[in-house]
Amino acid sequence: MIDTIVPIPTDTAEPVADERAAKMSARNVHVYYGNKEALKGVGIDIHDDRVTAFIGPSGCGKSTFLRCLNRMNDTIPGARVTGEIELDGEDIYASKMDVVQLRARVGMVFQKPNPFPKSIYENVAYGPRIHGLASGKAELDNIVEKSLKRAGLWDEAKDRLQESGTALSGGQQQRLCIARAIAVDPEVILMDEPCSALDPIATAKIEELIHELRGRYAIAIVTHNMQQAARVSQRTAFFHLGELIEYGRTKDIFTNPREQRTQDYITGRYG
Amino acid sequence: MTLGVALVAVLVIAVAAGLCARNRAKRLRGGGARLNSLPNYHALYVGLWAALPALLFLAAWAPVQSGLVEQAVLASPAGQQLPDFEMARETILSEARDIATGAIEAGFNPESTALAPIYSEASAKFAAIGGGIAILIALAGGFLALRRLGVEFRARSGVERWMLGLLLGASLIAILTTLGIVLSLLFESLRFFNLVSPTEFLFGTTWSPQTAIRADQAGSSGAFGSIPLFWGTAFIGAIIAMIVAIPLGLMCAIFLTQYAPHGLRAWLKPILEILAGVPTVVYGYFAALTVAPLVRDFGIAIGISSASSESALAAGLVMGIMIIPFVSSMADDSIAAVPQAMRDGSLALGATKSETIKKVLLPAALPGVVGGVLLAVSRAIGETMIVVMAAGLAANMTINPFESVTTVTTQIVQLLTGDQEFDSAKTLAAFALGLLLFLITLVLNLIALSVVRKYREAYE
Repeated sequence: MIDTIVPIPTDTAEPVADERAAKMSARNVHVYYGNKEALKGVGIDIHDDRVTAFIGPSGCGKSTFLRCLNRMNDTIPGARVTGEIELDGEDIYASKMDVVQLRARVGMVFQKPNPFPKSIYENVAYGPRIHGLASGKAELDNIVEKSLKRAGLWDEAKDRLQESGTALSGGQQQRLCIARAIAVDPEVILMDEPCSALDPIATAKIEELIHELRGRYAIAIVTHNMQQAARVSQRTAFFHLGELIEYGRTKDIFTNPREQRTQDYITGRYG
Repeated sequence: MTLGVALVAVLVIAVAAGLCARNRAKRLRGGGARLNSLPNYHALYVGLWAALPALLFLAAWAPVQSGLVEQAVLASPAGQQLPDFEMARETILSEARDIATGAIEAGFNPESTALAPIYSEASAKFAAIGGGIAILIALAGGFLALRRLGVEFRARSGVERWMLGLLLGASLIAILTTLGIVLSLLFESLRFFNLVSPTEFLFGTTWSPQTAIRADQAGSSGAFGSIPLFWGTAFIGAIIAMIVAIPLGLMCAIFLTQYAPHGLRAWLKPILEILAGVPTVVYGYFAALTVAPLVRDFGIAIGISSASSESALAAGLVMGIMIIPFVSSMADDSIAAVPQAMRDGSLALGATKSETIKKVLLPAALPGVVGGVLLAVSRAIGETMIVVMAAGLAANMTINPFESVTTVTTQIVQLLTGDQEFDSAKTLAAFALGLLLFLITLVLNLIALSVVRKYREAYE
């Protein structure tokens, strides 16, 4: 069981980055579904301007951990979370934390594109409307346009904003969901296998998008696809059976893992 | 020989043929052959061939026979002297039948006594013919089926075909019955429309179903405008009841699906379903004895002097309560059918539970909810007991819920209860009302089902 983060060796590149305070930091996180312990003491830091990838075989707890970061596990009956998770130094499981505000700050994109059965415009405007981010129609239009642009969907969608979001292709739907998440101006974006339901071309577009978004948001992504983790992330965490086995620079994890189990997983020995 | 005896005979033949088939199949197996089908299948196959065609013939013969007997009786010298008036003739014939079967000792009409022996003779003759044919069919069916038995014979697939036929027949019966109901309503309604013009019935605004025995009687002209009845029906069933049932049912469904802890839901749902199982007459008592006086007193207290102790509001309120389980269970289903991903998507954007319900779940579930509401409306407007007991009989065209209104079903009950002549416009009007009500609920159901079906496809 690993209670602390594995320190990242400082002898290679990027010397300054890790000295900043983490955007989100998790310590000794345990998650129980009923009597089953799904996460066994996980600690990870997530930084601004950086993509953190969670990899590991099915059922290893990587999605469970991701869902702890914006308390989506609260919606699962029987789920219990212990440990500490902080956002900008604030405990997100503290009783004074407003879950609704937390989720506006920590957005999420799901495995299967899940646009609402509303128009493209309404999908993006949904979050700003409930949080009162726009004071008028013009401002709302602005937010929608900006979000769709950032999500790389504007050129395809600008002439069909009133069409249903569910009429888009799978890849476009997923970018719409990303635009929807961006529209509430989050600080962190969590992505739970965002490309697993998409074809390779749509996947490439999403990966490109993740690259572009990195400068603005702290991003955590769960993926089954190790090439994807290698392509998009700067930090990688390897989970196995509810434990965090290894966490470090993506480059190091893929070229020079310290743990035998990590080595076995990335070389395809199991998975 | 009566047809009953023939029926027993057919069944005996079928069982005997089946046993015979089984023995033969067992003998074949005893002889070392490996049968395609088990002996029991051979028995079933032969038994079905012996029984079913003969039974079908008997079922078809029974109505034919009574017609033939009647014809024979009428053709006899005594029968030709019967009065021409259909109703009088029918009465004498049915008395003759009762004397012939021994149900009564003597008829009210002297002619019937003379007809009785002719009647029993004719019916014995035709029963013998019909029964004989049925027994022959059974023997032939059993014999032919027995001849087909053999080592290679596929009795299993033969039985399978019979089963298919049986099941198809069972489903056809339900459908044909509906058709029969429509037809029987239709014929009586046509008789009604011979007496009263359809335009008056459909668009008239006065309902006063009187018909005079003599032409010079006071108030001899009845008025058969059905609009006040359908207004009353819609006012109670589609407006007041729905104002009660839609919000309560929806909120109930939302609570049960979204908020109630699992244990509570396990308790509350069955209790709600019990509400759907309460006989409507019990609701009727509740409406008439408890709710109606309260509504009247309330009406008077707020200054409505016309508040009646039989009011649209009382009936509508109680009917709304009765409908809650329908609305809530349909809404429950359609809310539960909205994918979890929709809910998660909204919650992950920082929406609260009630925002998610209001902005995502309900719009997505709306078609299903609408379908449920339409089904509930069609159930409410066909509902009888509550309105008979609590709504009143006065055909008022009013929008004052404290006044008494009447409904289609209430009027049908009024028109058909008691001793009525069966050829007057007054009685026949009940069938026309029934037909129209049936058509309206049919259309409502069709719309509801198509809405629900369309919505089911939305998330596939």
